[in-house]
Amino acid sequence: MNQFMRRFENYTWVDGIIDAIRVAIILAVVIGTFNTLVSGKYELRTWLNLIVAGLAQGSIYALIALGYTLVYGILLMINFAHGEVFMIGSLSTYFFADYLFKSGFLNTYPLIAIPLMVIFAGLISTTVAVLLERIAYRPLRGAPRLVTLITAIGASFFVQYTARGLYGSDFRTYPRVDALSADYPALGITGGNIGLGIVEISITQVVVISMATLLMLLLYFLVERTKMGKAMRAVSENKEVSTLMGVDINQVIMFTFAIGGFLAGAAGVISGLYRPQGISFSMGFRPGIKAFTAAVLGGIGSIPGAMLGGLFLGVIEQLGPNLILDGLGVPGPNQLQDVIAFTMLLLVLIFRPQGILGEKLSEKKA
Amino acid sequence: MNSKHLRTILNVGLITGIVIFYMAVVGLVGAFNERELIRDYLTMSQVMIFVPALVGGAWLANRELPTFTKLVGGLLVGLIAALPVLALTYVAYHFDVRDIFTNIYKGLGEILTLQNESPLTGSLILTGIMMGLGLLGALMSLLPQSLRSVIYSAFITTLLVALLAEYLNTILETILEFFGLSDDLLDPFFRRNTLKLTGAFTVFGIVLVVNGITTYFGKNIQQGFKQLPAATRRSANGAGLVLFAMILIILPWVAGRFLSDAMTTVGLYMLMGLGLNIAIGMAGLLDLGYVTNFAVGAYLVGLLTSEGPQGIGGDFFNLWLAIPLALFAAMLTGFIFALPVLKMRGDYLAIATLGFGEIIGKLANSDALEKYIGGAAGLKLIPKPYFFNIEIVDPEQFYYVVLVAVIVMLYVTWRLINSRIGRQWTAIREDEDVAAAMGIDTARSKLLAFTISAAIGGVAGAIFASKVGAAFPNSFTLLVSLNVLALIIVGGMGSISGVLVGALVLMGLPEILREFSEYRFLVYGILLVWMMLQRPEGFIPSTVARRERGEDVAGLAGAD
Repeated sequence: MNQFMRRFENYTWVDGIIDAIRVAIILAVVIGTFNTLVSGKYELRTWLNLIVAGLAQGSIYALIALGYTLVYGILLMINFAHGEVFMIGSLSTYFFADYLFKSGFLNTYPLIAIPLMVIFAGLISTTVAVLLERIAYRPLRGAPRLVTLITAIGASFFVQYTARGLYGSDFRTYPRVDALSADYPALGITGGNIGLGIVEISITQVVVISMATLLMLLLYFLVERTKMGKAMRAVSENKEVSTLMGVDINQVIMFTFAIGGFLAGAAGVISGLYRPQGISFSMGFRPGIKAFTAAVLGGIGSIPGAMLGGLFLGVIEQLGPNLILDGLGVPGPNQLQDVIAFTMLLLVLIFRPQGILGEKLSEKKA
Repeated sequence: MNSKHLRTILNVGLITGIVIFYMAVVGLVGAFNERELIRDYLTMSQVMIFVPALVGGAWLANRELPTFTKLVGGLLVGLIAALPVLALTYVAYHFDVRDIFTNIYKGLGEILTLQNESPLTGSLILTGIMMGLGLLGALMSLLPQSLRSVIYSAFITTLLVALLAEYLNTILETILEFFGLSDDLLDPFFRRNTLKLTGAFTVFGIVLVVNGITTYFGKNIQQGFKQLPAATRRSANGAGLVLFAMILIILPWVAGRFLSDAMTTVGLYMLMGLGLNIAIGMAGLLDLGYVTNFAVGAYLVGLLTSEGPQGIGGDFFNLWLAIPLALFAAMLTGFIFALPVLKMRGDYLAIATLGFGEIIGKLANSDALEKYIGGAAGLKLIPKPYFFNIEIVDPEQFYYVVLVAVIVMLYVTWRLINSRIGRQWTAIREDEDVAAAMGIDTARSKLLAFTISAAIGGVAGAIFASKVGAAFPNSFTLLVSLNVLALIIVGGMGSISGVLVGALVLMGLPEILREFSEYRFLVYGILLVWMMLQRPEGFIPSTVARRERGEDVAGLAGAD
């Protein structure tokens, strides 16, 4: 009770309005969900499929979000250009994938070709991320946060429009991998869909989720079990002290950017397999912002937080339009997927900037 | 010349070469091939290849090196810089990579070999020129600083004149026509909208002489002016102001329709820049959703005056009545959006406002609100305003609407800077906690910054909608916000003249140089990074920033 009262000690009218918004949003969510569920417009099957789709999309967000969270954990900066690092990996690998497809290698040995593509994209994104750090961010270490943010915005323009200059502005489509849409009668799979009774999962979704999980496990191992990981954790804890302990900060930061870049590039290929269309120089912005949302949602600076936040955002984004907006009688709810994601971003920033798992970094180290 | 010197030379040469290589690969060099700067002698593409070599030579010579090393180094820089270019030429001629790299094709090779019939000879000539320019750059550094800057500024001015020759030619022709003179007078200098060699030398010579006089006798002139009686000085200043005003007033009729249109766009961005400058420059609140206010203004004008199904239309509402209403509507939305983000700081605030902007954009584009604001098709059939009985249709006429708005808002922001609230904003920008401790109601001040800033954006949006005759959601993307951000950063945060110059350069040049418009965001990106690294206070720093210069990051210090 005491704690509850303390909340009202410095209560101003601004707090009042924010609380009013909070109540209004909770009401909207509850009423919308209630209406939809009562109307029985959608079957259980639809919901389950949406959740699976959300998990697949969310694991891609999670991979990108890890890059934000790793960098923020160490440098306390929002690497606004990270979405473009994802883009350059995906777009560059399109040409490699196209080559593999045309030479027949992709469909003859998909199990070799896809990892090759992931590594190719990862290397390109790593290079770009490390170059960005070296050229743009390193000279500004310790500068006010707005300065680094503006630099990052500039860097994101630079990468985006360099990609446009190099590859042109056409929209491209990743080649089809036959193995992902084939029949496997022995496993009861037809047309790439695994029927599990009430829910239907596509092979692509399984591949996406398992690849993302594998990469995240690798990252976890790297951070928790290797010397470099220990150094990373030390630097994010306290830069000065870790220097005294003999950690080369520049090397650690470069390594952090490299890992974040690799994961983003890998996410680029995985996303190309999952949603082959719309590969172009402008594809990085939205996933970038959403992944940032995921990172904040899970608690920026926290690695498990980014994974959780990504999955959560993916699912919410899929469910939201049908579950909440439809129930509120909004026409064309499925156009508003991005609105759901961005609203999530705002709600987290306004009401819980420390995220689900994170400490209050945003204020503590500000 | 020891190995350390050699390494310096190698570094400078390679960086120079990579810059040229980069510009060629992303297509900048190819895009500007059609633009001749000096008739039959020089194209913009060639300038893009040559100027880096010159700069590289000068850059090298700025280091601490023995004179002889500098000169040989200049030559070597040119040679090393040519290597990546030569490699690219080879690839462009011999490999077909156009399916991947859209800008590497035979035409690029031809540009890089200076359109020479034999690629080999062309490459050799190019290498020779680049070595010569590297040497020239190094030689320039031997000249005294003042003389060097006179020559460089003459050089840059000539380039600018050559770039804008098309428009200068038109303007000069109009002026000659006005005085009843034949435009044959221009023939020695221009031909078909391009500067001729004689013209280029004339401009170079004039600027050289004028600049030389002001550099070497500038102090005397200034002192002489100061010694004049106060009344004379005042009237001289007044005469200057009147002259400037007259130029602004007759500009559209001299410059023609196309330039007037460009000027109107520049003016609208000046308005938005002035508005956003209040939030970013004065109060240190990085608002990335500024386009929302612009959209609110535009949509309000649409709703009030459009003859379409969603608009009220009719005789009662017109632009003049809608502008103040748009101002209030934008203030209101600015106020509402500012409330929840008041407690956020720095980068989180930026991302949150960006989120707001995106949500509004998506909503405007969706079916959800189609009934009210037209969805993706937007609001059409917005009638043109009347000034008494004159219908304002042409860009030449809209220019005046924008001009008046800019002047009014200039006055407003100028008054705000040194007002009580302006000082409060500065205090908050420098350190919010200290400002609060000094008794400033930070929440109230920040709210005011957001609302006033939003109001100006609303006015810009209202004029924009009326000029275009419609309000489409696609005109209100994040890129508008980032355009405004870029012009403020480049001009100088918190600096009013910085905003004006920033808008003129960043918005005006891409409007005028059509080839450039595709690359504007590439250049903005480079500019933003470069400004933050080298001149965070902007090209025209505000007074406060100027006072702080030399210390840490002026203007932005403590902004987070």
